[in-house]
Amino acid sequence: MTFNKSLLIPLGVFVLLVVFLALGFRLQNPHLLPSALIDKPFPEFELKDLHQPEMSRTLADLSGEVSLVNVWATWCPNCLIEHPELLRISRETDLPLYGVNYNDDNEKALGWLTRLEDPYVFSIIDDKGTLAIDLGVYGAPETFVLDARGVIRFRHVGPVTPEVWQETLLPVVELLKEMSDG
Amino acid sequence: MARLLLALIFSVSVNCLAAIDAYPFPDEDMQQRYDGLIAELRCPQCLNTNLAGSDAMIAQDLRREVHRMLLDGYEDEEILEFMYERYGDFILYRPRLGFGTLVLWLGPLLLLVVAGLIWFRLARAKPELLEINTEDQARLDKLLKDTDT
Amino acid sequence: MIPEFGHFALILAFGLSIALAILPAVGVYRRDAMLMQTGPSIATGIFVFMAFSFGCLVYSFSQDDFSVAYVANNSNSALPIQYKISAVWGAHEGSFLLWTLIASGWTLAVATFSRGLTFDMKARVLAVLGLLCAGFAAFLLFTSNPFDRNLPFHPADGADLNPLLQDFGLIVHPPMLYMGYVGFAVPFALAIATLTTGRLDAAWARWSRPWTTAAWAFLTVGITLGSWWAYYELGWGGWWFWDAVENASFMPWLVGTALIHSLAASEKRGVFKSWTVLLAISTFSLSLLGAFLVRSGVLTSVHAFAVDPTRGLYILVFLVLVIGGSLTLYAFKASGIKSEAHFEWNSREAMLLINNLLLVVATASVLLGTLYPLLYEVITDGKKISVGPPYFNRVFVPIVCLLFLAMVVSPFSRWRKTSVDILIRQHWPFLLATPVAVCVVTYLVTNGIDMLAIGVETLAVWILVMLVRHWWQSGSINSASKLGMMMGHAGIAVAILGVVVTVTYSEERDVRMSPGDSLVVAGYEFTFEGVQKVRGPNYLADQAEFNVTSNGDFVAKLRPEKRFYSVAQNVMTEADIDPGLFRDVFVALGENVGESAWAVRIHVKPFVRWIWLGGLLVALGGFVTLLDKRYRRVREVVSINAVGSAA
Repeated sequence: MTFNKSLLIPLGVFVLLVVFLALGFRLQNPHLLPSALIDKPFPEFELKDLHQPEMSRTLADLSGEVSLVNVWATWCPNCLIEHPELLRISRETDLPLYGVNYNDDNEKALGWLTRLEDPYVFSIIDDKGTLAIDLGVYGAPETFVLDARGVIRFRHVGPVTPEVWQETLLPVVELLKEMSDG
Repeated sequence: MARLLLALIFSVSVNCLAAIDAYPFPDEDMQQRYDGLIAELRCPQCLNTNLAGSDAMIAQDLRREVHRMLLDGYEDEEILEFMYERYGDFILYRPRLGFGTLVLWLGPLLLLVVAGLIWFRLARAKPELLEINTEDQARLDKLLKDTDT
Repeated sequence: MIPEFGHFALILAFGLSIALAILPAVGVYRRDAMLMQTGPSIATGIFVFMAFSFGCLVYSFSQDDFSVAYVANNSNSALPIQYKISAVWGAHEGSFLLWTLIASGWTLAVATFSRGLTFDMKARVLAVLGLLCAGFAAFLLFTSNPFDRNLPFHPADGADLNPLLQDFGLIVHPPMLYMGYVGFAVPFALAIATLTTGRLDAAWARWSRPWTTAAWAFLTVGITLGSWWAYYELGWGGWWFWDAVENASFMPWLVGTALIHSLAASEKRGVFKSWTVLLAISTFSLSLLGAFLVRSGVLTSVHAFAVDPTRGLYILVFLVLVIGGSLTLYAFKASGIKSEAHFEWNSREAMLLINNLLLVVATASVLLGTLYPLLYEVITDGKKISVGPPYFNRVFVPIVCLLFLAMVVSPFSRWRKTSVDILIRQHWPFLLATPVAVCVVTYLVTNGIDMLAIGVETLAVWILVMLVRHWWQSGSINSASKLGMMMGHAGIAVAILGVVVTVTYSEERDVRMSPGDSLVVAGYEFTFEGVQKVRGPNYLADQAEFNVTSNGDFVAKLRPEKRFYSVAQNVMTEADIDPGLFRDVFVALGENVGESAWAVRIHVKPFVRWIWLGGLLVALGGFVTLLDKRYRRVREVVSINAVGSAA
């Protein structure tokens, strides 16, 4: 009885399949999307400043050094959770923090910042969510790390907790600072 | 545990169910293009729903953008490109044809060709003809005729 | 105490399953008739304990026992009783308990009704089924125990069942699906048992046919119900999304269809024997793969159960052992099988071969599309891609249209060789008249010519026309088998017509309406009367009222709702539909967009019911073939068999 090797094909296909499925377990949370804007310049915008609505802010106001851009809103519970850490970062480091107030109500936003203190150099009003869309944002909060030339180098989805800062964002910031100094 | 809780908080604030906007269009053709585009674009926040079927905030905003771009005269391809630039391959339910998706798009075609070849080999195979002398052939013919009903 | 009894019964069922996996197998090995015959009694025991265990869970739900974690997570005291009971299978643990119960049910059925099987084969088959039941029960006991308690602090009331599931659909759809999924374990077990004997004869195919057809018919009902449920429940008029979970049910169905056809060829002509065994293994493997995809969290889907990697890992290991083991057995034991008969390219065998090949290609394509995002993410280390309806439609439809083409002539195909010229001579007027008729009707009704729609409609009508011609020529349908086949094929044609017409000619409008406004869609006039508040057993709703007329004649009063479920804190759109054989009128309520104006969705969907009526007809056809006389003639053969093999 000769052994027909083609009968091994189904088994071979199955083994390949299982390998992929097993590797699938190591994958990230299916809710998290990788950003399509990594290594691309921060998009152009012209939006009103939250505290000074007669003034418009543009991309020029952001450039110059390594910075964080945080997308936040008063309707977002996780933004409340990350607020203390953002405050701490703005006080204890020299990293500028810019805020994008996403699909929010101006009065509520101002009240929020007054009550909880303002970690941002300035916040802009993105009440139609157009800048958020240009950034590929799909929820709040999200935080972008920009290098000295205003190019997006990293995006974190979800609240910035002390662990996230220590383990994820700080290393990126330090690396970018090194690169811009050197 | 904390991470699970945070994930829950993040996800529970959206409502990924059927959404109905009342966007007016100047003509039927543009309406159909709109319907086609929002069916083909995926909601970035939900678990496998298109923009047409989702009530999430980002889905509402993106539908508004699609509507605006159609009215501004953009082509379907340009609108899809716009979305791709911001959200990547994830947002397109029809995968772009490229190096990474060759297997995906050509695979079924290849399988069909292989199936066709298999069929031709099996269905066209000639049965082996046994050697048989004329006397036996005559007996065989007679037998077959007798039993043929 | 009841949950503990349920848990204990599950443990007993697990123990007995192990016994079933071992004892008859030892009996076969030692040729010990006594041991071989222990199968049926053990199978009975497994089923009794599983049924008792399941009953305990149902009892816990009906009594609002929130100390049981599963009940607390999925039920609520205000939930209507029918949903309390169907909530038993509303989430992972309970639905898998149902799955295992059904597995034990099929095992008992095989033990009881296979009088045509030799003692030896029966023992082998039951051993395989016992092994599977043991695996399922172990999964429940070690990773997904539905009887886990919440003590000492348990909630005063439950978290409520997801409002989307508080529906008739939940009562029927999962049980039918599982009957199908798990039912395919029977031909699988038969295939494995046959491989272990090293002999692949026509008898195997004959035994397998009724079981396979029954499981397949149940799966057909399950999928049809699922599509119908999604349509009226989700509120946007869709009925198939090529979602990973939907595909998980569709793939076993496609291969199962290939299997039932291939079994016919193997039984009657001894062809494709090795191929049919592979199909039997593949069908059940796809069932298991489906269970994995749905319960492991590896793929995203709105239907998927809660994510838990440990469970996913367990199922994956189970998959490797069961499928890997069976495919290895196949590779080594199927080597010696060669088909005996030869056939021409125009024979029934050749048609069945086309059927097999096309269905397998279709299944492989669906599998590729479903798994591709996962493969892509693994290979590119994190990049995400989506594969959705545009891909599946573009790939699946052409393949399946080729299949439909084959279906047109298949009733007339003959074993070994079909006379093609006679076929053409007898039927060409009908074949030619059909596309012409379809064009004419299309033009008259829709004032336009949609070539693609006409093309596919022609295929469907050809299938129906040729079935009628076949009936006409044969004079009568003298066997249940033949009737079943015709119903099955007719059902497919009906479903195809439903799909094409509804996809091509549906009309849909999303508009803003205030009370008193009127809109005309597809010849129907919709007048918005207003919105009022109504209260349900566990929800508060805004209910709108629409008056629908056609040419002044009353058609329907539709009352779509926007429901707010207080416990789950969920808002749900409940569309209202006026169903009809030739069209559905569908209205859904959106948001209140200012003062008394509301966003409203109006659909008119022609022929959409034909999709599910077709599906039900297909399933009915499958069940009808089971009534065939040959399955009742087994008695006389039994005694000879039993005596012969025990010697």
